[in-house]
Amino acid sequence: MNRLNVELPGLKLKNPIMPASGCFGFGREYSQLYDLNLLGAIMIKATTVETRFGNPTPRVAETHAGMLNAIGLQNPGLDKVISEELPWLSQYNVPIIANVAGSVEEEYVEVAREISKSPNVHALELNISCPNVKTGGIAFGTIPEVAKQLTRKVKEVSEVPVYVKLSPNVTNIVEMAKAVEAGGADGLSMINTLVGMKIDIKTGKPILANRTGGLSGPAIKPIAIRMIYEVSQVTNLPIIGMGGIQSAEDVIEFFYAGASAVAVGTANFVDPFVCPSIIEQLPELLEKLGFDHISECTGRSWKQNGQLAYHRS
Amino acid sequence: MITKEMCQIVSHKEIAADIFELTVKANFVGQIKAPGQFVHIRVSNGWDPLLRRPISISSFDKKKNQFTMIYRKEGKGTQLLSQLDTGEVVDILGPLGNGFPVGEVDKGQIALLVGGGIGVPPLYELSKQLTEKGVIVKHVFGFQSESDVFYEKEFSNYGETIVTTVDGSYGVKGLVTDVIKSLSFDCIFTCGPTPMLRAIKQEYSNKKVFLSIEERMGCGIGACFACVCKTGNDPSGNSYKKICSDGPVFRAEEVLI
Repeated sequence: MNRLNVELPGLKLKNPIMPASGCFGFGREYSQLYDLNLLGAIMIKATTVETRFGNPTPRVAETHAGMLNAIGLQNPGLDKVISEELPWLSQYNVPIIANVAGSVEEEYVEVAREISKSPNVHALELNISCPNVKTGGIAFGTIPEVAKQLTRKVKEVSEVPVYVKLSPNVTNIVEMAKAVEAGGADGLSMINTLVGMKIDIKTGKPILANRTGGLSGPAIKPIAIRMIYEVSQVTNLPIIGMGGIQSAEDVIEFFYAGASAVAVGTANFVDPFVCPSIIEQLPELLEKLGFDHISECTGRSWKQNGQLAYHRS
Repeated sequence: MITKEMCQIVSHKEIAADIFELTVKANFVGQIKAPGQFVHIRVSNGWDPLLRRPISISSFDKKKNQFTMIYRKEGKGTQLLSQLDTGEVVDILGPLGNGFPVGEVDKGQIALLVGGGIGVPPLYELSKQLTEKGVIVKHVFGFQSESDVFYEKEFSNYGETIVTTVDGSYGVKGLVTDVIKSLSFDCIFTCGPTPMLRAIKQEYSNKKVFLSIEERMGCGIGACFACVCKTGNDPSGNSYKKICSDGPVFRAEEVLI
């Protein structure tokens, strides 16, 4: 019995587990460790039109049960991603979700138009929530009308479904979700990192060269769960949940909150085999919890009894 | 081949002030290619501290399947690591990165090995291998003070070893760069704090110099782009090297530090 296969717009996944964008490069490094065919999908590193070096170092700082990063969207640029990284990834039978970034609307549109033509790109993840770049990124992710407009423009050119990656750095996440839904989004991915800072006790200065960075890891999981819980009840969009997932139990919690698939980010750094181990552990956990299929878990935290699929326990 | 392995601790002891020598058994020792490679250690099973700690391999023994690391107990992670006893196991990912190119120096030539503080350990295996090859090795190591000095005797087995301390409490008072000026050599292998590496790179641009660079790391295998540095001679300013997977050892002219 396959308990893990799920279908989302543009994505037929053998399981709902995928590495999160920015934590997995373009897959080459982790391919030395395990067969990438095991993964449900891969969210590749954010791509911009031009090559970007990103921010000065230090770019990471550890915090309690989490880490701050300020990489700054370093990537080889659209042409190289299309001509080198995506063809390399096509040797695997894994759908790719391409993370699209930019500093102005035109850049997002150009990346989306071109990258969505690649045969193994099955969906886009519109990155309107990177906290670590000075222009673009987060500005698009905090003003509902701007987010809606950008979503619409990208939808017009994209050949594949568009998932908008929401920023948690907003007062009202529901409003943002509704805005991008109105803009034509096919799905949501949430949450991106939370803006934070760590100060060196010896020097008295921020550790990150960028001063602020995005907080990720187990520390942010309750925030992700709460936001998915809120958003999934008021939109019809499927949600790829992320934010501090470390285990199969965490995955179930995200589904209960309202997710239909999940991405694993920082945990890859702690245990590079975390994605395949979660995939291996999930069927047994579902059996223990009394579910025949993982999709039965979606929204369980808020659905009324009548809305719930059959549950054996 | 990078492996994640639960490695049993063979010995673990403090050899200088807050400096620990840790030897473990690991099947992946056979995969170590060069001195100067490192491993990524998970110091706790919990989430605090969350990330692994990159620690260089100071020596290895392929017959016994053992390798040794020397680290400084400084933050929470290394504090936890220092409490582990012989017989306990520790989660290690390795071997990682590219080490010192022993082939770059010929028999009979003089190699100068320059280390600063906790940058000294990876030079130990290098010194051993260079000596076995018939290269003449000289060592210059800088420490803060007498209580920080370690492995002086061990290095002396392979060649002349000069120790400097910043406060003058042991060896020559001053910095390693003061001492190097009076020495003759064919090439330099160095590991230590960035200002020291920078000074050596600038002063000896006419010599073969290999640097081992340190930076805060995330994944340790090249996927997260946390530990990058710019490359030398690139007018665009966009090209980069990943310290964990392209390095940590580079030819001095390859990188901007």
